[in-house]
This record gives sequence, C-alpha cells and structure tokens, in this order.
Amino acid sequence: MKPASFDFLCPETTEEALAALAEGGGEARVIAGGQSLVPMLNMRLARPALLVDIMRLEALRRIETSGDEIVVGAGVRQAELEAWPTLLRDLPLLAAAFPCLGHVQTRARGTVCGSIAHADPSAELPLSLVTLGGAVSLRNRKQKRRVKADDFFVGMMATDLAEGEMIEAVHFPKARHGSGYAFREVGRRHGDFAIVACAAVADDRGLRLGIAGVDDRPRVFPLPALDDDQFDDTINDIAWSLNARDDIHASARYRRELVRSLGRETLKEASRCRA
Amino acid sequence: MPRMNAARKHPVDFTLNGRTVRAEAENRMLLSDLLRHEIGLTGTHVGCEHGVCGACTVQIDGRPARACLTLAQQVRGGDVRTVEALSRDPAELSPLQAAFRRHHGLQCGFCTPGILMSLDVLLRERPDAGREDIREHLSGHLCRCTGYATIVEAALAAAEEQRKEEKPNV
Amino acid sequence: MTRLETTGGLIGRTVERVEDAGLLTGRGRYIDDLPVRRDTAHLAILRSPHGHAGISAINTHAARALPGVIAVMTGADVARLTRSMTVGVKANVECWPIARDRVRYVGEPVALVVAENRYVAEDALDLIEVDYETLAAVIDPEKALAADAPVLHPSLGTNLINERAFRYGDPEKAFAAAAHRVSIRIAYPRNSCTPIETYGVIAEYDPGEDAYDVTANFQGPFSIHAVISRALNVPGNRMRLRTPPDSGGSFGIKQGVFPYVILAAVAARVSARPVKWIEDRLEHLTASVSATNRVTTLEAAVTADGRITALSWDQLEDCGAHLRAPEPATLYRMHGNMTGAYAIENVAIRNRVVLTNKTPTGLNRGFGGPQIYFALERLVHKIGDELLLDPLDVIRRNLVPADAFPYRTATGGLLDSGDYRAALDRATTEGRLDALRRQRDAARAQGRLYGIGYAAVVEPSVSNMGYITTVLTPEERAKAGPKNGAQAVATVAIDPLGSVTVKVASVPQGQGHRTVLAQVVAERLGLAMDKVRVNTELDTERDAWSIASGNYASRFAPAVAGAAALAADRIRARLATIAARQLNVTPDRVDFRAGTLLDRDNPDNAVSFGRVAAASHWAPGTLPEGTDQTIRETVFWTPDELQAPTAADGINSSLCHGFIFDFCGVEIDRKTGQVRIDRYVTMHDCGRILHPGMVDGQVRGGFAQAVGAALYEEYAYGGDGSFLTGTLADYLIPTVMETPEPLILHYETPSPFTPLGAKGVGEGNCMSTPVCIANAVADALGVEDIRLPLSPSRVSEWLYGEERPPSKPLDQTPVATGASGERMLTGSGSAEVTATRESVWAMLLDPNTLKAIIPGAHEVRKVSDTHFRAEVTLGIGPVKGRYRADIRLSDMVEPETVTLSGGTEGALGSGRGTGRVTLTETTTGTRIDYRYEAAIGGKVASVGGRLLDGAARVVIGQFFQALARHAGGGAPPSAAAGFIQRLLHLFGRHR
Repeated sequence: MKPASFDFLCPETTEEALAALAEGGGEARVIAGGQSLVPMLNMRLARPALLVDIMRLEALRRIETSGDEIVVGAGVRQAELEAWPTLLRDLPLLAAAFPCLGHVQTRARGTVCGSIAHADPSAELPLSLVTLGGAVSLRNRKQKRRVKADDFFVGMMATDLAEGEMIEAVHFPKARHGSGYAFREVGRRHGDFAIVACAAVADDRGLRLGIAGVDDRPRVFPLPALDDDQFDDTINDIAWSLNARDDIHASARYRRELVRSLGRETLKEASRCRA
Repeated sequence: MPRMNAARKHPVDFTLNGRTVRAEAENRMLLSDLLRHEIGLTGTHVGCEHGVCGACTVQIDGRPARACLTLAQQVRGGDVRTVEALSRDPAELSPLQAAFRRHHGLQCGFCTPGILMSLDVLLRERPDAGREDIREHLSGHLCRCTGYATIVEAALAAAEEQRKEEKPNV
Repeated sequence: MTRLETTGGLIGRTVERVEDAGLLTGRGRYIDDLPVRRDTAHLAILRSPHGHAGISAINTHAARALPGVIAVMTGADVARLTRSMTVGVKANVECWPIARDRVRYVGEPVALVVAENRYVAEDALDLIEVDYETLAAVIDPEKALAADAPVLHPSLGTNLINERAFRYGDPEKAFAAAAHRVSIRIAYPRNSCTPIETYGVIAEYDPGEDAYDVTANFQGPFSIHAVISRALNVPGNRMRLRTPPDSGGSFGIKQGVFPYVILAAVAARVSARPVKWIEDRLEHLTASVSATNRVTTLEAAVTADGRITALSWDQLEDCGAHLRAPEPATLYRMHGNMTGAYAIENVAIRNRVVLTNKTPTGLNRGFGGPQIYFALERLVHKIGDELLLDPLDVIRRNLVPADAFPYRTATGGLLDSGDYRAALDRATTEGRLDALRRQRDAARAQGRLYGIGYAAVVEPSVSNMGYITTVLTPEERAKAGPKNGAQAVATVAIDPLGSVTVKVASVPQGQGHRTVLAQVVAERLGLAMDKVRVNTELDTERDAWSIASGNYASRFAPAVAGAAALAADRIRARLATIAARQLNVTPDRVDFRAGTLLDRDNPDNAVSFGRVAAASHWAPGTLPEGTDQTIRETVFWTPDELQAPTAADGINSSLCHGFIFDFCGVEIDRKTGQVRIDRYVTMHDCGRILHPGMVDGQVRGGFAQAVGAALYEEYAYGGDGSFLTGTLADYLIPTVMETPEPLILHYETPSPFTPLGAKGVGEGNCMSTPVCIANAVADALGVEDIRLPLSPSRVSEWLYGEERPPSKPLDQTPVATGASGERMLTGSGSAEVTATRESVWAMLLDPNTLKAIIPGAHEVRKVSDTHFRAEVTLGIGPVKGRYRADIRLSDMVEPETVTLSGGTEGALGSGRGTGRVTLTETTTGTRIDYRYEAAIGGKVASVGGRLLDGAARVVIGQFFQALARHAGGGAPPSAAAGFIQRLLHLFGRHR
C-alpha cells in the first residue's frame, strides 16, 4: 500500500502552480491537506503524474469576509475554520457540522476546499456549501470563474473543475439575522461518512433542506412549512427522487426513511433556531 | 522551487523532536516510512495507511496528524514531534505516560504512541479537558485490546494531575 | 492435583506492568522495528481480484525487467520448492499458500515480487499480467452443498470436505418423551478481531545447510511449526522460527501468518537475500484470516417446567476456500462443552464442513464459542418465550448444580469447578437486575423499545491438543495414533550473580505475561518483583517448546504461569536444601522472604538469596550430596485430565471451564434503528485471579470486540465472491464512542486442575456478549430471527411498516439492486434517435463506432464478427485505471435485439457485464432500450464500493448516451432533473 511515483512541485506563486497544472493536464493534481488524496495514492486508486502542493501559497491561506460572504482560501485547513472566532455567528451551519466531520486528527490537516474538491456525496462540507447556496472560485492560467455550488458538484466525486483549473476559494454566504440553521447526520460510527446527513436553513424565504449520502451529490430542496398539508408528501417525494441505493452499510429504504425523519427533525431544529 | 523528479530522492529538512534534521526521500515516501525506516524512529506505528486507525498519529506544527496521510515532502520546514519526545529522560515517564501505566491504559501498546500524541496536544491546549473532550480526541484512534475505558481514565487522571501541578496552592 | 500454596502476597495484586515503560516511550520492538541485515529485500504479493477463476497465463516479463526487482515468482515456482500444507481431515485435496492453476478467493496470492524496497515491489505488481477465466463463485455455505454448485476443488468432487455424526446418551428417547420441542436456526456471520498490527515476516535461507531462519509475529500453536517444516521440505531442526519481543495484538489472528512464513522463506531462497514482508491493511482485511461463519439448527427436548433433556445440533461450518491447519478446529474446540453451562444428558450432533469462495478461516478470539453460544443462548430465550417462562428461570433450572463438580458433560468434557447458581444470583443482585427490569417497564410504558437479554456460558481454556482428532472417525484415530495433552513449558534460571530469569514459550501479544510471571516467580522465591526478569521471545532452535506452545486458548494463567510456578518451586526446594546446611536447620524450616533464605523459627539466622542461588555456578562442589544444580530448571507440564477422544467420541476438549453470566439492557431508536447498550453486567468465574487489573483488561477488551461483532463488524462478500469490506472505513471497528463500559463482577472458584487454581478469561465475552445483546434486541422487538451484526439498517426492517409510496408514480426507473451488499449492478434506460434501426444496428457492429462510444476507449480491435477487444481508461474523480476489455455480441436478431457481454481486467480490479439492447422503430427513427447487469470485483470493489456503483453507472450511461448521440439523438432524458424542475415549479421558488 504505497503510492506510485509522481513528480512534486511546491510552487511559490499561484501563477507557477497554474502553469504546472496547465502543463500537466489531466495527469496533474493539487495536493493541499492530503486527507482525501493520500489514501487514494496509497491504495493506488489515484496515480497522478504530478502533485502540486499549494500549502505554501500564502494568498490561499486566508479566511476573509467579503460583503455577505465568508471566503475560505484553498489553503485553509478545516481546523483553522473550525477555530475561526466568528464561526458560530457567521456560519452557524458549519459550526454545527464540524463535529461530524472526520476526526480532530484529520481536520488538523485537511483543508476546506480539499473536501469540496473531493466531492464525496456523503461529505459534510459540500452539503453545507450547497445548502447555503455558496459558490466556488476556480482559476486557470488564463481566467477565473465562479460556479454556484449546486452546479459545481456533478456526481460521485465528480465536479465541474476542468483540467488545468484549481479551486482558489469557496464562498459561504454569511448567516443572516433572523435565520435558523441546523445540521444532523446518522452514520455507523462517530466520525464516519454519513449514511444520511441533513442541513437545514429556515429564513424569510422559507425552508430549505440539504441532503447528503443518498444521491451521488449533495442536493438541496425547498420545502413548505412544517405544518403545511403538503409537507409530508413533499419530503416523501424528495426521498423517492434521490435514487437511493443499497450498500453494505444501509438499504435504500433505510436512507429514504432517514431523509423523511431526519430531514423533518433538522428542519424543525432550524425553524426553532430562527424563532 | 523547481519541479522535483519522481525518480530521485530529494532532501527534506525539518525539525524533529526539537532538532533540525535533513533526510532524503522520494516524492512518494510517506512521513510514517521516513520516520521509521529512513530516520529509525520506530515508535510511530503503522496500522492501516488509510488514515482510520490512528496508530501513526504524530504532531505536525503542534497539531495531531496522521503520518500515513502525509507525504514526507509536505513537512519540509515544519515541526514534527513523535512519541520519542514525550519524556525528556527515557527512564522517567511523563505524567501522561505514567498515568497510562498506572491505569493499565495499554495492553499490546501498538496503538498507544498515536493516542499519546493526540492526548498530549489536548492536555497542553485544554488543561480543563473533561471526559467528553478526551473521548472526542480518542475517537480518532482504534484500540483492539483495552476496550478504551482505562485509556479514558488514564487521560482524566493525567489532566487532573496537570491541573494540580499548575495550581499547587489550590 | 494439589494446589500450590502461596505466601509472598504478589499474586493477586494489580501491580504496574513491567512491559509498559518501553511501550509508552516508543521503545517497543515489534516485527517491523527489528534491525535487519543491510541486504534485506522486500516482498509484495499480487492477489486475486476474483472469488473464483482459472489462471490461464501469468506474464511477469515487465515486472522482472523493472529496475530494483530481484525476483518474481508464481505458484508454480513456489510449488517446485515446497509441498502442499497438511490438511487436518482425510480428503483428497491440497492446500497451497499461493494459487497454482486456480484462485478460490479474493486476495489469494497469485505472484510474489522481491525488490529493493516495498515501493518498487508494488510498482512491479502493477506490471504483472494475469489471464483469468472467471468461474461461478459460491459464497453461501448452504448453496455450496447444492448438486449444481460450483466445486472449488475438483479433486474433492464436492464442497463438503467433512461430515461426522455424534450421539451421546439417548437423544431419540429424550425427544420422544419431551413435553416440548423447541428449535432455532441461526446464521453466524464472518468477522475477525483484527489486531492493529498486521502480519510481518523476516526470512533467510542458508543454502549451505539447507536451513531456513524466520522471524514472524506468529502466536502459536507451535504445532504449526511442523506444518511449516513439512511444507518447506526440511526437518524441524532446519526451520528456525523466532518471534519478536513485542507483538501488536493477535486475538488468534496471527496464527494465520504461517502461509506467509512459507512464502517469505521461499522468496528468500529464490532471491538469495533476506526477505521482509509486512502485510498492509488491505491485505489483512481481505486475506489474512477470518472466524468461520456457520449455519446452525439447534433443537431442544424440554420438559413442561423448562428442563432441557436433550439437544440436537446440526452445524454447517464454512471454512472458506481451503481447509488450513488447524481447521476445522473452530468446529471442534467446543465439543466437550456443547451443553454450555447446563446439565443436559442427551446430545446428538451432526457436523459438516464446507468450502466456499471466501478467505480461509483460522484462530479468532472465542474460537467456536460465539458460534455455538449464539445458537444455544438464543434457544434458551426462545424456550422461555414458548413456555411463557422467564428466560432467566430457564437458565437457572438447567445450570449444572454446584455439588456436581467436577462434572462430566454428555460429550465428554470435564467441567472443573464452579457454583453457577451462586454466581448468577450474585450477578443479578450486585448488577441490580431488578432496577433494570423496572427501567424496562418504565421505558415500555412510554412506548420506547427496550429489551433485556441474558447469556450463561462456560468459557473453555487450555485446549486439549487432541480435540481436533474428534473430526476423525474412531477407526481413523486408531490408525493415526492418539493425540492429547497440552504441554506448557517454563524455565527458571539463575545467573552467577544470583539474579533470576524466567523463560516461557507463551508468545504474548500484549497480555502482560512478563509481569504476571515476575509476580509468580518472585513470590515463590521470596524476591521483589524487579529481581526477576522475564523473557517471552521464542526461538525454536534454542528454547524449550512443544506443539502446544504459544498464546491461544487462554492458556497462559492456568497452564504457563502454573508451569513457571512449578519450575520456581523445584529450584526453591533445592535452594532450601543448600541453605538448610548453611543455616544449620532442616530444609522444611527454610523460608524465602525479602531476598533472604532464613530459619522460619529464628529469622535472624539468614543468608542472602543471591549467595545461595549462585553457589551452583561458583562452587558446585559445595552443594549437599544429591542436590542437583540450581542454574536452570525447565518444567514441562501437561494435565492428566486431557486425554485423547474415547472410542465413543467423548472428548474433554479443554482443561478449564470458567463461567460467565451476562445480562444487559438495550434501547432501540424507533426512527434510526440504532441499538444503544444502556447497561451491561458481566459476571466471571475464572478461578483464581492472578492480576485483577489484567483480568478486567481482558474482559473489557473482549467485550469491546464482541460489541463490534454484535453491532458493527462483518466481512461482507458479494454474490460473485467480491470482497466488500476491504478498508477500515467499511469494516467497522468500534471506537471509544461506540464502546460502553460494562460492570464487571467476579466469583472465584479455583480450578482443581491447574497449579495456581487459575482458569482462562481472555475469550469469554467474545462468546457471551454477542448473544446477550441479540437476546436483548429480540426482547425489545419481539422478533426471533436475529442476524448479526445488528446494523441500524437491518434493525429498521423490523421497525418500519409499509413504505409510504411517492405521491405520484416516479417517471424514472428506480435502480434495482440485489440483496444488501451484492456487488451486482442492474439498470435500464432508453434513448430516442433519428437513425433507422438498420443503421443503429450497423453501428453496434462497427469497431470505429464502438471506439467512439465506449467511454475511454483508446483502441478497438475486431477479433471476429462478434468479438471486439478494446484498451480503455476508465476513471471517476481521481480514480483512474487502464483496462483491457473484451466485448462479445450474442443472441442477435437483426436488426431488433442483441446481447452485449463484456469483461474488463486491470490493476484496480475487474468487471463483467451483460446488456440486452432492443431497437424499436418509431415514427421519427428508433428507440434504443437497454437493460444491463454488471459485476465489479477486485481492489476497487473492496475499497471503494460506494465509489464504484456510481462509476459503473456513469460508464454504462455514457456508453448509451454516446450511442444515442452517434445515432443522431439527444441524451436520454434525465428523469431526476425533470422531477426537481417540477418540484421547484410547485413551490414557485428558486434558490
């Protein structure tokens, strides 16, 4: 269980990194914290020809407030965002999600953007980003672009990231006054990828429920009020729409039931927080 | 920094247990292999090489981290601490180590160095750590021998002892 | 035998362990830490991605040519230098440590690479090309018995490798007379106690002496040494086997390293270098060793008041692809105690051993106990349910009474000591069963799901080395000669400065043997503990050992520690004789205290221990006449109670029998199906306790593993033999968060058969806890058919009623999947295209079109009109691999239907699939309907199951989308997208 060989580049500027990625095409990959990539290297599931280590690019290591967004650079470790002093005020959904996210030891190294790039359909950070309606800043040698989170995740570990591109930052909309947020998940063990994870937002636009672990990417849906006649039908239809599957950890039916029950509870909690 | 060729070894300079070291490693070499087989510090153990078991946990720049999920090249210029640094004198155990011995917090001892490295950070940063904090940090480690209870007790005892030492008059 | 009296007060105390200072400071010496010769090379193993396949060719040229590679070997190369490993039953079957012409389980070794380092060795594995002809696999032990089941070993002609029937007392009469007959059928799953340290071997070969020297983290039994020597074709004295000072846990599993001892030894011989192999975690989970899975039907004859008068066992044991030594020992280890803790006089047993396409089985903590007690204790609960009795009363009524010990069981076991009812009563009182029952009532009154479970078991320890021969018929046994006993070996030695060293053949894996032996010997010799140093490494060339040596069957405290005490006592008696002359007293007045030998009646009359002890070295001529040396004393101890099976198949399979009574309360979350262990009480009678802290440590550790077995852990296989739990993210070992703390209670009735009165304690909770939790879950839910592990999803099947259907029919075909865990993918879809049927048909037969529409195809070659070969790169996210693909067309009805069958093979695994394509004329062109079935195996299936399902669907979907595009149509409509759009429209909101 040792990685296949690869070239390694530790660029000092973003431009240098982008040039290398452009040159490497599909065979070059960014490495940041390595917590998702290195297991795949060790198992030789991933065999890039070049790794570009972006953790020395100071410009990417910032958490900034920009208007009504919190912008998290590609070099920001999960533990750094978790310890960010105003996290609870500005990103209460993430504050609730972090304890579910791996373990202290992996959050210490893993980056926020690395988890987004990995696009595991059960992962907490992609779910949070999609639920909050955030966005991803991508950049290649020639241009920058910004993609809505919902468009960024296109399938199982598949994203809109093109060859030669890297994630520069992710944008989390700041919590608005009078909004409620909640995060819950059911996994087999503490710290495991979720069987089903739910993130909920209650605000003046109504209720939104994000669901991970069922479809091949995190999904978010608007829902009617909890006491609306249509609520049960709606959440039930959402559960059915997610293309749930059996695997060794849970049946498709179990996942649908969790969407119904955990989804409702998470929305309830978000509504309570709002009030 | 130029692109480092896959076929060659490249220098890795970093601080290891308080001393500057220079080692040589291929790009693909894992930190766990560098520590154990190139440098010869075998106290860091390897249990799964995919980041789940926690046996290889060391401290990188003061944080607990999996050595098996870290490329040696990623610690260039960094500060790495391993279990070998926990007691200044090998004949004398640190309070945390001594608590493990007293409370039978280990059996085969294979997972123990990783656990000590996680708890060492916790107790240093959070002298008030209680049972739940300890369990949270411990949940990133698998132990097959003890059933964990004595590890939690050992950590609680070490935290208590540390608090007493810090406030000798209380 | 008379028990040794003790005086020094060390035995029975929770002293700090002598092992810990080194282990806590990173100075342990585990196998991978040991210094090796500078020219040591590294071994890596290519393993089968298939559960069952013929090997038609292995091409190793590219691997051999890789710089840094020293040797590449296949099964044929290994076979030239070795013999088949010994099989424990009479059957026409061979057992090799590496596949020759056929692979029979995922992970079976196929080729070996020796290289300068492990990284390069793994590079070379990627370059080996193996041509497999896949065969139908059989995973289920019952299906393996079917007449049309694929047969693993053609020489055997069947998968049933052994069958025996036993009859004790008069079970037919008891059943005929019974007021009730109660039966239960259970299927015990596969799991393993998976130590955190994996296997490791360092091997050398000396051609001058034709001798092997191997260090491995092997745990015993050393009867396996004979298997290794025979396989390597050398006498035992040319197969030196050593163990490292420390081992990172075993729990039985490291017995299974022995096939790798053979492989590494051969690799060292072929490469003329010392060779080191450290198993990685994927190898360990896939292919190290597993406990057996077993299907059991158990029936009881029961009187009206709940007394069990007879048991009828039907056990179908699944030992995986090969019957590896010492199997089928798992099935026979419990033979003497098949009646558990109960006095039941009539027993019928039918034992069958079957081979399936799974990893071969071997030792695993509890060894046979979890399987039998799961059936027996579930049955006892069911008797309670059917007779409307409290299960605890059924247990109590049937326990072996206190005045019956030593009690001869129906099947020949001899239960050494105990007072089961008193222990049970103390457990219910001190464990506050009444309060737990009130808690259950209160919870149920609130509509919560709460249950209480019980389990009473006897925990056998110190195996009779002859029990496994019960698998042979009495005639076969007579021919082979009797086997029995359990030789324990201990040496106490005194050096010229008078300090004491203890050497045992116990090979601990973390149990603290060095500490307990220091306690025992120091106490016998009146020394402080730190004056005694203990060495537990084993070297077959230099140390005293026997076939029973090693660390298994919980034999340390009862057998090995006892042997050390006996060795110390022999030395003690001689030292007393020497000292008596110096003190001018009779030897019986010499006492050993605080490092001196003194006159019991006049303590001032004393001489130092060191001075007396060293006399044998410095002045042997001064020893009293007839006093032997005091330099070294080795004791071989085997208990008389362990005799060979009788002609009537009676067998005392173990020397000691501890008693355990457990009860627990569990609550089940109605919504999530999660089982929470609210309270767990475990009462142990393990005879005399030598070190209370370590005994509780064994109980807690076994309990934690049992919680894993009950709720989390399973080695899961797909129907095609693919292995599905190849990472620690899929094989779920409980963390601290999932492990509750049990209340541990003790009741001590010393064993009359062991020198110190101790019995084993290490395995009991692995036997009692899974079924205790299962009984509690059965009680909470009122269900019978409990299968482990009780995952929330599985439990939820009892909780959820009929599922609420969608409010309107889904306009997507839900993806049909097989039984949970099946790695078969099925699906279907359709696409409308403008081209005619004839032109679509032509495209499907054209390599150029296929190249354009097969995702990732580099090249498509037409082998025949209906056979194409392609090179493809497939990937999803960062996971990419290059594969060879074969596509065949069949069942062709031009231009309407065709079946495409394909298979791919590559480093990341293999896939095969079948798709039926139907072309229907429409007003605008053609509708292409397709249905497919695909199976994926190999590495990706084992480590990335979640990923894989998605990947296969993406690839298959891409194929038909590309076909549709090529034929002038759009992509198939995305049903999910349509649904969401309508949903958004419904609420008139947009994100």
